[in-house]
Amino acid sequence: MRDAGRFACGVREFRTMNLLAIETSTEACSIALVHGQQVFARSELAPRRHAELALPMADALLAEAGLGRHALDAIAVGRGPGAFTGVRLGVALAQGMALALDRPVVPVSSLAALALEALEDEAAILAVIDARMGEIYAACYRRDGNGGLVVLDDERVCRPDALVLPEADVWNVVGSGWASYADVLRGHLTGGLRQADGDRYPQARHVAELAVREYQAGRAVAPEQALPVYLRDKVALTLAEQGRATP
Amino acid sequence: MHISQLSNLPSKPVLGVESSCDETGVAILRWVPEAPGSGLLAHALYSQVKLHADYGGVVPELASRDHVRKLLPLVREALAQAGMTPADLGGVAYTAGPGLVGALLVGAAAARAMAWALDVPAIGVHHMEGHLLAPLLEADPPKPPFVALLVSGGHSMLVEVAAIGRYRILGDTLDDAAGEAFDKTAKLMGLPYPGGPALAKLAEQGRAGAFRFSRPMTDRPGLDFSFSGLKTQVLLAWQQSDQSEQTRADVARGFEEAIVDTLVIKCRRALEATGTGRLVIAGGVGANKRLRETLAAAGQQDGFRTYFPRLQFCTDNGAMIALAGAIRLAAGQGQDEAVRVAPRWDLQGLQPV
Ligand SMILES: Nc1ncnc2c1ncn2[C@@H]1O[C@H](COP(=O)(O)OP(=O)(O)OP(=O)(O)O)[C@@H](O)[C@H]1O
Ligand SMILES: [Mg+2]
Repeated sequence: MRDAGRFACGVREFRTMNLLAIETSTEACSIALVHGQQVFARSELAPRRHAELALPMADALLAEAGLGRHALDAIAVGRGPGAFTGVRLGVALAQGMALALDRPVVPVSSLAALALEALEDEAAILAVIDARMGEIYAACYRRDGNGGLVVLDDERVCRPDALVLPEADVWNVVGSGWASYADVLRGHLTGGLRQADGDRYPQARHVAELAVREYQAGRAVAPEQALPVYLRDKVALTLAEQGRATP
Repeated sequence: MHISQLSNLPSKPVLGVESSCDETGVAILRWVPEAPGSGLLAHALYSQVKLHADYGGVVPELASRDHVRKLLPLVREALAQAGMTPADLGGVAYTAGPGLVGALLVGAAAARAMAWALDVPAIGVHHMEGHLLAPLLEADPPKPPFVALLVSGGHSMLVEVAAIGRYRILGDTLDDAAGEAFDKTAKLMGLPYPGGPALAKLAEQGRAGAFRFSRPMTDRPGLDFSFSGLKTQVLLAWQQSDQSEQTRADVARGFEEAIVDTLVIKCRRALEATGTGRLVIAGGVGANKRLRETLAAAGQQDGFRTYFPRLQFCTDNGAMIALAGAIRLAAGQGQDEAVRVAPRWDLQGLQPV
């Protein structure tokens, strides 16, 4: 097994770096390619067609940039949270590519990528994805003024009415969680609301932006260590638990 | 180029990935037409049986989660066994169906992405074609035409194999699959999941003739199976018994004999109907000792030959997928870059090789 730490050395300059990013954890299927200072991206709202679209999109981007697959330095992926199947699709694609190319993977939070869909201002950001089953995936950030994010509140899964938010003067809220639970969520916001957009999804171009920083900070991992983050970890009852549930 | 020249070219090894249910399997195989087993360079398997045991059956979401954790370490292990790097691979095969859709998708996506990155051809394999070709990995492999008895957790079929890729289903189950019947009956008798192998083990201690159950659908012509009624008969007999340990073993023996006899009767009929002298047995229930012995004996008596995979290739594995994939890739078949899986997929609709 290769040593994850090995990837930290020999980091290339941002200018010359080539990184492919995959984001399939929500309704949007998107792929982005960072080639030095340029970012090429494709994104489509295509529920249930992500598996079909991802690799052809990647090919189109490489062709546009005039790059071969071996020119890639790293693969980035939105590792969730999101739809379980979509999250796993992205991770499995990234794992497979990276192993075959002998390159590292940079896993990035899909909620952090979603947060970069918010306005570029000083407001606090609530990134919120409809998690189905009456729950949301949520995290809070603010921009660091340098293209990155500062985490105000960690990602979690909860019922919308149980969400606890930090204090902030003004908020930008993005993601499908807003589309589903605007009324409940509005009640949690302490300050004013500047942007509220339920029609935003995590995008590969933002996964790529975050991943380049992570890569340069030495936080790329071996492909087998890039794993999904589901947040919802209890998905079935054991026989013992079923026994307890039905007296 | 002439076909004889083609087969003289040393074909590059193919990676096979299986993830249709609760086993993650990876293998590397170089296609050697005369002796496919000699081309098997590596195989690695991880079974999730322990994970699902606490739940009393396979939980699809947990199966998918485990595949994505285990697949890459298994690929590394197989590469190490074969002394290779990914760049040595000439193709990638993966199970594309039938099976659990989420589980299939993990293997298919990782495998298709590997092929994409290496710029080598990829092929989606039918899981049951994998099972039925598994006996080709043994010494003295069977040549088509032959009849295949596919008995696994999800299937009970008799298939006429005119050639690789040309399959006609002669008989199918109307309800439970043979392996499913083993598992459900075991559960009814209080054996832990997965019950099939445990029930078979218990049956070894059972006394012949203590319990006799019917041989379903053997009293009329036809090659279909039905095993769900048998389960009910066994349950009744068990409930009305003294439920001692010896009785449990006796009931298990009676059940196993009923299933095995039924399968043997139908195999004989299928061989007679097709005029074939070769019978291939595959799928998890093919690991059953009594079935293997009884069929081998029937073959000696009737003059047909039986071909079994080794025990570890009866149940799900990557080697059978690498084999089926390598055959199809060598024939020039392959898949575009869309990752597609099919939870249901008719074996008879496959492309001939
Ligand atoms: N020795 C045995 N005797 C009887 N049944 C057995 C034995 N060993 C395994 N089985 C049965 O084989 C089945 C597992 O086989 P396999 O892995 O081929 O099935 P599957 O992959 O779950 O189903 P499918 O291939 O149809 O999708 C289980 O039902 C198990 O109980
Ligand atoms: Mg199987």
